[in-house]
Amino acid sequence: MQDSLFCSSNLRRISSGFSPEGNNVQGASDKVFRATLTLIALSMVVLLCVMVMTLVVNSVPAFRATGFRFFSSTTWDPVFKQYGSLVFLVGTLLTSFIALALSIPFALSIALFLGEYYREGIFSSLLKSAIELLAGIPSVIYGMWALFVLVPLMRSLQLKIGVLPYGIGIMTASVVLGVMIIPYAASISSDVISMVPSDLKEAALSLGATRYEMIKKVVLPYSLSGIAAGTLLSLGRAIGETMAVTMVIGNSNIMPESIFSPANTMASIIANEFVEATDPLHIACLIKIGLLLMAVTLVINLSGTYIIKKMSVHR
Amino acid sequence: MKKMLRIILLCCSLWYAACALLSTPALASDKELLGAGATFPFPFYQKLFDTYFQTTGIKVNYQAIGSGGGIQQLKQKTVDFGGTDAFMTDKEISEAGAPIVHIPTCLGAVVITYNVPGNPQLRITPEVIADIFLGKITKWNDKRILDANPGVVLPDMNIDTIHRSDGSGTTAIFSDYLCKVSAEWKERVGEGKSLNWPCGLGAKGNPGVAGLIKQVPGSLGYVELLYALGNNMPCALVKNKSGVFVKPSIESVSLAADVTMPDDTRVSITNTAAPNGYPISGFTWLVVYKEQQYEGRTKPRVESLVKLLWWVIHEGQQFAAALDYAPLPQGAVAKAEALVKSITYAGQPVLQQ
Repeated sequence: MQDSLFCSSNLRRISSGFSPEGNNVQGASDKVFRATLTLIALSMVVLLCVMVMTLVVNSVPAFRATGFRFFSSTTWDPVFKQYGSLVFLVGTLLTSFIALALSIPFALSIALFLGEYYREGIFSSLLKSAIELLAGIPSVIYGMWALFVLVPLMRSLQLKIGVLPYGIGIMTASVVLGVMIIPYAASISSDVISMVPSDLKEAALSLGATRYEMIKKVVLPYSLSGIAAGTLLSLGRAIGETMAVTMVIGNSNIMPESIFSPANTMASIIANEFVEATDPLHIACLIKIGLLLMAVTLVINLSGTYIIKKMSVHR
Repeated sequence: MKKMLRIILLCCSLWYAACALLSTPALASDKELLGAGATFPFPFYQKLFDTYFQTTGIKVNYQAIGSGGGIQQLKQKTVDFGGTDAFMTDKEISEAGAPIVHIPTCLGAVVITYNVPGNPQLRITPEVIADIFLGKITKWNDKRILDANPGVVLPDMNIDTIHRSDGSGTTAIFSDYLCKVSAEWKERVGEGKSLNWPCGLGAKGNPGVAGLIKQVPGSLGYVELLYALGNNMPCALVKNKSGVFVKPSIESVSLAADVTMPDDTRVSITNTAAPNGYPISGFTWLVVYKEQQYEGRTKPRVESLVKLLWWVIHEGQQFAAALDYAPLPQGAVAKAEALVKSITYAGQPVLQQ
């Protein structure tokens, strides 16, 4: 916050230095430039509105035919035109939150390591670029890796604990998703952790705290809301992830019985059925799922922003 | 500042120019025909249209966007022809606003493939297929499977069924077949590109199903014939209507179409009456408007379209088998000829032969 204030006052000083000469000409072109920028920036907002409008308008037939029962029914049957989305909602939320739970220990460890222990040096930059690379891998590659490596591992685990050994299902999808979101959660969290003021940390150390105690009592409580926000934002990514999940979740439109059961997610059902859907009601119902997915993502993102806001007030 | 402004203005004008260019009608050149639709025959069409371009200089641009999309684009009159694996229903044709002609181009089939220890050559009856996918037969050593396979030893292992999770013509043919052979299937699940499967796992596309079958011991699923042949997957012999266990092959699929069919060729040939035909087979079609004078289409353009269709059902057929598609049998070619001849421009037949 302070940094940006400093920057903008600096800029103002620079621009005021230019203004005395050719004020009028500068003013005119400035206005056009400003207007162009405003237009382009506004076009993003317009785009968002148009997208939401498209979803709403195209899902009207689905609202007419299925109403709000759509959100509570568990039957998805394109042949007999019975459409309910609860199975997909449950699948999406289950995979995303299990993925989140799996990723938090890893993300937090990496964040503490990078933000507190090794801030610079070869090892830290190596780790940082590895994480960036991990974030850049296309999701279909994650899906393939999961299918060939994770599925057999998961099957042997399932055989050991005595559930049906499919190898694919909610748990497998969650593990892939977890790995996919670690880089996001880790990089946001390490930024937050490195922002903890050093006078606070020094104070703790001077009172005789060990490094572990300092992290536990000062760093973590101070950066908790920031870490939570980062995690929530990465959850937004997990919810919309399609390809990797489709490949290993089993695409079964039946309410899952356990976290090892095959299931389906909202993004995955849309990706699977939209291309070849010909019945107008089928298309409308898929679009309605898209609307629901957007709403869920919006709620997650809004709560993330809310927590970030709370964090900055805290500071 | 001015420079930047100019750049921004330039970008904007380029953007609008691009938009304007893209929105002009696509049917501009008579030397290029446009088609869109089914993905299943795409490799075959690619080969066909490539050869056709080299011999005639007429370019054919076919976008494999799926059968549903192909029909949609034909209805919106943005393409010269659509491609579909499932023939258009009477309702769909009436929605299109004008009569539509279906030209069969080749045949495909759906095979039952599996992963059991040793992968023996299995024989399977229609009732057993339906009951496995309904979740009523759950073990490989079920008496009804063993009865059809004397001498084959099968383990006491769960059968995990694998189906297509994406909407697909393959699923449509497969479920159409199951509806014909199982009353319970017809009542509980029905026929379509996407189904409410009573059990099993879904995987995306033929490669997805094939991959999952390889990964899950004890699994059984269905894939396109061409995919199974290309990947040397084990295929079950399926008992047809005449009581013969038929091995899925290009020949047995062509034979399946050797039956009396309606003049418009809109027919499902699953559970065929042909004595040596493979029972889970189906046509794939190109669909065009019967009356070609619409949206300002020129006569030369229509003529090159009709010539293309004629070429596809004659010379084009020789390329099918090499790509693992089943060519049309003689009876079907004769029907298709009559259909191509029935295409008109301003009420006059386009092809005078």
